[in-house]
Amino acid sequence: MNLKAVSKPIRKKDAMALITGQPVFMDDMIPGNCLIVKVLRSPHANAIIEDIDIDKALKAPGIEAIYTWKDVPDKRFTMAGQTYPEPSPYDRLILDRHVRYVGDPVAIVAGDTEKAVERALKMIQVRYTVLEPLLDFRTAKDHTILVHPEENWQSLCPVGADNKRNLCASQVSGHGDVEQVLSQCDVVVDQTYHTKACQQAMMETFRTYCSIDQYGRLNILSSTQIVFHVRRIISNALGIPKSRIRVAKPRIGGGFGAKQTVVAEIFPAFVTWKTGKPSKMIFTREESQTASSPRHEMEIHVRVGAMKDGRIRAVDLYTLSNTGAYGEHGPTTVGLSGHKSIPLYGLVEAHRFAYDVVYSNVMSAGAYRGYGATQGIFALESAVNELAAKLSIDPVKLRMMNMVREGQAMPAYYGETATSCALNRCMDRARKMIGWDEKYPCRDLGNGKVRSVGVAMAMQGSGISGVDVGSATIKMNEEGYYTLSIGAADMGTGCDTILAQMAAECMECSVDNIAVLGADTDSSPYDSGSYASSTTYVTGKAVEKACRKLKDQIVAIGAELLNAAPEEVQFEGGGVRRLSDGKLASLQEIGTKSMCGNNQPLTVTESNSSPASPPPFMAGMVEIELDKETGHVEIVDYAAVVDCGTVVNPNLARVQTEGGLAQGIGMALYENVQYNERGRLYENSLMQYKIPTRLDVGKLRVEFESSYEPTGPFGAKSIGEIVINTPAPALAHAIYNATGKWFRELPITPEKIVMGDKDGKILS
Amino acid sequence: MKIAVTVNGKRIEEDVACDLLLVDFLRAHGCYSVKQGCETSGCGLCTVILNGDPVLSCSILAVRADGCKVETLEGLKEEAAQFGAFIADQGAEQCGFCNPGLMMNAIALFREYPDPDEETIREYLAGNLCRCSGYEGQLRGIQAFLQWKKEGQP
Repeated sequence: MNLKAVSKPIRKKDAMALITGQPVFMDDMIPGNCLIVKVLRSPHANAIIEDIDIDKALKAPGIEAIYTWKDVPDKRFTMAGQTYPEPSPYDRLILDRHVRYVGDPVAIVAGDTEKAVERALKMIQVRYTVLEPLLDFRTAKDHTILVHPEENWQSLCPVGADNKRNLCASQVSGHGDVEQVLSQCDVVVDQTYHTKACQQAMMETFRTYCSIDQYGRLNILSSTQIVFHVRRIISNALGIPKSRIRVAKPRIGGGFGAKQTVVAEIFPAFVTWKTGKPSKMIFTREESQTASSPRHEMEIHVRVGAMKDGRIRAVDLYTLSNTGAYGEHGPTTVGLSGHKSIPLYGLVEAHRFAYDVVYSNVMSAGAYRGYGATQGIFALESAVNELAAKLSIDPVKLRMMNMVREGQAMPAYYGETATSCALNRCMDRARKMIGWDEKYPCRDLGNGKVRSVGVAMAMQGSGISGVDVGSATIKMNEEGYYTLSIGAADMGTGCDTILAQMAAECMECSVDNIAVLGADTDSSPYDSGSYASSTTYVTGKAVEKACRKLKDQIVAIGAELLNAAPEEVQFEGGGVRRLSDGKLASLQEIGTKSMCGNNQPLTVTESNSSPASPPPFMAGMVEIELDKETGHVEIVDYAAVVDCGTVVNPNLARVQTEGGLAQGIGMALYENVQYNERGRLYENSLMQYKIPTRLDVGKLRVEFESSYEPTGPFGAKSIGEIVINTPAPALAHAIYNATGKWFRELPITPEKIVMGDKDGKILS
Repeated sequence: MKIAVTVNGKRIEEDVACDLLLVDFLRAHGCYSVKQGCETSGCGLCTVILNGDPVLSCSILAVRADGCKVETLEGLKEEAAQFGAFIADQGAEQCGFCNPGLMMNAIALFREYPDPDEETIREYLAGNLCRCSGYEGQLRGIQAFLQWKKEGQP
């Protein structure tokens, strides 16, 4: 294919505005004189509010309003940004008399200044009946302590939820007789892996501005990935019609799934709706760490069975997922732990995947890049590395034998077929990049340090099959330039640019000729939002479809100008040409004609939903230098090779990959979320919650091995999420190869490396 | 307390609360490039140049800037655009929220070390956190800019 705009490493359309610090983020572009909204948060992990005295606080200078559980609708909703009916249970109130984790909102305070609000927060008197919290998620199922005992708790979808058993979801699926096949296997690895509730830690914390517009409608400007879902959730929470709500997004300072949950929006929306006055809420970093939507903590029990020759025949996987106090994304993240790990192995004759998602009295989990696949892939890829050690087979060779190949059916992947897959090429290229054959497993440097390598492979999806909707409106304007309106959210990923590249490719013009309008529920065509690795694949196809139809409209006007029939002319980038004599009606002429005596709108909206979700694939290999005395792990080299189908913008795809690797490295080695015995979270700032700095990431090398996805726009699949999935298992493997110890719990800290036993556990 | 601060060449005299942070003072005066990402002086987003040195404006009271010269990205547009183009050519700006702080500290780095090696770059900018890029694209952009300058480009 001879592509002119797609596959080119062009600059992001907003790059220079971002780099030169233009005021494009929410708090840069709103009026200064709005109400400041903050919430009083529960100091208890499980308690009932007996009495709440706001009188003194209300009289404090500069205080506009204070709301408690008595003031909000008694109708439960979910904050999860998902297509209706949401799989996540309706288990929240805006403010609840029963608080369920340290940080749960108790009162909303709005005032003129931050200082006034801070002062009033301290003046509110609350009397609680403190209940015993349920903090160990392993004991949560059928525990006597119920996190959601209330009768108006509701689950809209058949996900196996039961609030009287602390169950947010529960399911079993599979194919073949897994017990029988396992019993025939020569070797079975049977291990349990544990991943923690990592924070997305995007640099811009959660924030929202609300006002009432000239039509009396609630306008919400929010740093969100999901404008349309925000509209529904606010409507549910406040009990007001969707027609009274408009949601738009400015530039977003990072999301990674955090902003796929309505974390901040409800509070200022409630204040503005009640008071009629503009208001804003900006989460502190502490709030973003302690009262937000991190990754689901999971404990995953894996059994992998293989023959002596290395043929992997069966996988049995059970995931216990901790959704915390509320069920946002609980029933769905867990599915990926099996559905997007097991299909990596194409020869598997039987598999079983079962899970329970349980409530507990810690912060609610949410969506984080990888969305459950990250946890499942850590478990399964680690188990396969343990299997390779047991079989004494090179783990790269073992994978080459067993990995899914193009054209294979994937029973564990919703029964879909691998229509495009270059995983074998990814693995082979990574092997060469890192020098696997020379470096595996390790080399003692003789100075107390060991160099070793580790490997893992990964997959993800491209949107949610049969659910996600992407749409695009493309319009030709007067001078022959185009405006592309989308409901997907560019959160730094560059989707505004890559969708413009696709439009430019279709319209045979320069990317500069495409102006992009971001998500606004009033003006954008419907889009589920930017999550589930959907935008390139799902919305991209909508762009392609819309452009095709717009060309027909342009051709119709061009033909009219040229006194020809539509079949006697041809569209080309600059206009429409009459085939008989080559005479051109330029886009300018067509544009001018479209505004005078014209019945063709030159505007097309197309939607797209795909019955399939073609997985991208990747291989990751890491070389580390491990200090045996201190347990310090230095990343010497990380070779990542990705098959995301056609690479729409090589620069942006590369940086996405590097960024995902860095987040994965943080998750593997230091990012942790821990609670004390009363349920208070330790890692409540960036001083305690360590994200990688530029001194920590080492050398990251990214290459692409592209397959061609026939159902994708220009052959493309997704890239946003898959890239976080290889570091944890690859690093755990490299650390095993250096120390002989398997670390099955993340993060793998220096303390565990030095003091852990052969199973990586520190005995107290 | 009354203070006089020169912000991007413009003298501002104002009566400010003694606990007002420099970052809030600067944003109140239209320097929206100055961002805040934490409350613990740990992210580098609020970096500005105070009397020639890069500082975290979240850790300095506005009153401490009395009589000082403060530079933010708003005052260094040309320098920022020239260097920033190299970051843009890598796609390494990503969400852009940490960029102003990085740009300010990088400009301080170039002033202090006109020809830094990779280790100096990584160490000097270690306090500038970025959650999107994985840092490698920023490094490539910085190195490409330095190479371009070395080759005596205008």
